[in-house]
Amino acid sequence: MSLQQSGIFHETYKEDMAIFQTPFIKFWMSIFFLLLLIFPWICRPLNAALNTNTLYLMNIIGIYIIGAHGLNILTGFTGQISLGHGAFMGVGAYASAILTVKAGIPFWIALPLAGLITALVGMVFGIPSLRLKGLYLAIATMAAQFIIGYAMRNWSGLTGGSTGLVVSSPKFFGIDLGTDRAYYYLVYTLVIAATLYTKNLTRTRPGRAFVAIRDRYLAAEVIGVNVWFYRILSFGISSFLVGIAGSLWAHYVLVVNDEAFGIWLSVQYLAMIIIGGMGSVLGAIYGAVFMTLLPILLRIPEHALTQVYPGVFAIFQSMTEGVFGLIIILFLIFEPDGLAARWHTVKNYWKLWPFSY
Amino acid sequence: MQEIWFFLQLVIQGLAVGSVYALVALGFVLIYKASSVINFAQGELLMVGAYVCLALLTTYQVPFWAGFLLTMAFSVILALFIERLVLRPMIGEPVISIIMITIGLSLVLKSVVAAIWGTQIKVFPGIFPQTPVKMGEIVMSQVYIYTFLASMVFLILFALFFKYSRMGIAMRATANSNQVALSMGISVKKVFAISWCVAAVVSAVGGILIGNINGVNSTLAGVGLKVFPAVILGGLDSIPGAVLGGLIIGILENLSGGYLDQFFGGGVKEVAPFVVLVIILMIKPYGLFGTEEIERV
Repeated sequence: MSLQQSGIFHETYKEDMAIFQTPFIKFWMSIFFLLLLIFPWICRPLNAALNTNTLYLMNIIGIYIIGAHGLNILTGFTGQISLGHGAFMGVGAYASAILTVKAGIPFWIALPLAGLITALVGMVFGIPSLRLKGLYLAIATMAAQFIIGYAMRNWSGLTGGSTGLVVSSPKFFGIDLGTDRAYYYLVYTLVIAATLYTKNLTRTRPGRAFVAIRDRYLAAEVIGVNVWFYRILSFGISSFLVGIAGSLWAHYVLVVNDEAFGIWLSVQYLAMIIIGGMGSVLGAIYGAVFMTLLPILLRIPEHALTQVYPGVFAIFQSMTEGVFGLIIILFLIFEPDGLAARWHTVKNYWKLWPFSY
Repeated sequence: MQEIWFFLQLVIQGLAVGSVYALVALGFVLIYKASSVINFAQGELLMVGAYVCLALLTTYQVPFWAGFLLTMAFSVILALFIERLVLRPMIGEPVISIIMITIGLSLVLKSVVAAIWGTQIKVFPGIFPQTPVKMGEIVMSQVYIYTFLASMVFLILFALFFKYSRMGIAMRATANSNQVALSMGISVKKVFAISWCVAAVVSAVGGILIGNINGVNSTLAGVGLKVFPAVILGGLDSIPGAVLGGLIIGILENLSGGYLDQFFGGGVKEVAPFVVLVIILMIKPYGLFGTEEIERV
C-alpha cells in the first residue's frame, strides 16, 4: 500500500466530493481510527513511559479540538476575529453546570442546551459584526470577554461567585461517565462529529458564503450573499461548538470556576488555529494537539534543570506563557499558514522523492 | 453637601488616572496611525517601564531624575528592537496576524518581567511628597495631583513636537498616507521606528505614574487594556480624541466604581469601561473624532 497511483482519476462527482479519496488515505485513516478506538486499552505503557495520564491528556485535547473547530469556523472561514471565545467556553461550562446542578436536568439534555445557550450569547456579541470588522471586532469581542468574565465572578446567585460550582460526574442513560475511559469515548464521538460537521460545512452553501465573506465581503454582498445573516450564523455555529466544549470540560474537570475562562484561554484558542493553520479543518486539530502538549513538553527541560539548579523552577513557571508568545511570534513570521501548510509541503516533497523536479 | 464632595473627589481622582490613560492612549494611537498596527502589548510596555525605573531606584539607588532618564533610554532601545525584529516583517500582513503578534509580544514581555522581578507587588520609594492635601472637604494623596500635572506636561510636549518639529510633521504626514510620505522623501521605516519609541516612552512615563499610585506588579499591564475604551471613544486615529477619551474613561470608571459597587458587589471599575466600549461600538463605531471608513464598490 505504500505505492501511490500516478494521479487521481475521478470518474464521478461523488468520487470527486468524497472526503477520503484514495485507497491509500482510506487505509491509513482506518488504521488511525482503529488506534483511536483501542487507545484507552493500550495507553498504559505510554503512561508509564511519559509519566503522565495520557488518557486525561487525550480527553483535554479532544475538548480543545471541538473548541478550536468552533473558532476556526468563525475566524478561519468567515474571517471574523474573536478574542472572546474563552469566555464563550465559560458560558457553555457554566450553563451546563447550572442546568445539571441547580435545575436537575440530565447531562444528555444539558449538553446540547449549553451549546444553544452559548450560541445565543455568541450571536448577541456578534451583532456588532454587522458594522464592525477587523480590529474593531477584535476589540468588541475582547470587551465581551471581560464583561462575561465579570458576570461569572460577580453574579454569585447563579454562578457561585469566585468559588465556582461543583459538578457531579455525568451519567448517560445509566452508564457512568465518571472514568477517563468512558469519557474518552463520549469526547471522541463528539470530536469526530464536530470534525465531520466542520469539514462538510465548508462544502455547503453557508460554508461557501462564509469563505466569500472572508475573502471579499463587498463582492459577496453584490452576488447576493446576505452578509449580515451569515456573519451572525457563523458566530452562532462557532459559539455552539465552543459551548459544547465548555460543557464537556465542566463535566470532566467537575469544578467550574471563572479563572479557567479568562482572556488567556481566548488567546490560546487563537494561537491554536494560527499555529495549526487558519481555515483548515486539519489545522485546528494540529493546533489543539500542539497547544495542549506544549506545556507538557516544556516540563521535560524544566525537570532536568531543576535537579541541577533548584532556583530555575520559579523562572520556568513564569516562562511557559512567554514560550507560547514566542512560538506565536515565530509562527506568524516564518510560517503564517501554520502546521497544516507545513505538513502539506513536507508531504508533497516526499511524494515525488527523489525525483522532485 | 457631603455627596457633592464625594462626587468631586471621584472626579478628581478619575481625572488623574485618566490623564495617564490619555498618555498611554497617545502612544497607542500614534502607532496605529503611522503603521496601522493595533498594539495589544501597550500595557506591557508600561509595565516594563515601571519595573525598570523601580529597579534603578531601589536596587541600584540611582537618583530619581537619572533613573527616569535611563528608563526613557531603555524604552527607546526596547521599542527599536521590537519594531525591527517583530513588527517590521509583518508589514502588509492581515489584521489578525498583526493582532496576534502583538499579543504574543505581550506574553513574552510579561513572562520576562515575571522571571526577573517575580510577581509580588512592589512599592515605589516616595518620589512625590506623601502628605495628603485638603481641598475643601476633599482629602487625597498628593500623588494624584502630581500625576495629573506630569501627564499634562508630557501631553503638551508631544503636542508641540507634532505641531512644530520636523520629525513630528513627518510623522503626521506618514500617518496621513504612507505612499505620499514616501514619495516626498520621508523615510517611512524611520517614522515607524520613532512611533514605537514615542509610544514606549509615554507608556513608561504612564507606568511610573500609575506605579506611584497603585504599586508595581503584573496587573499594571491591565492599564494597557483600559486604553482600548479610551481610544475607541475618542476615535482610533485621532490624537486629541485619545487624550479626551482617556480623561473621560478615567472619570467614568472612578464614578461607576464609587456609585455602582454597592449594587454589583465590587469590581465595577474594572468592567465599566468595557461596557462603554461595546455601547460606543454599537452606536458610533468611529468614536468622537475618528475618521469614518467609507467603502465604495
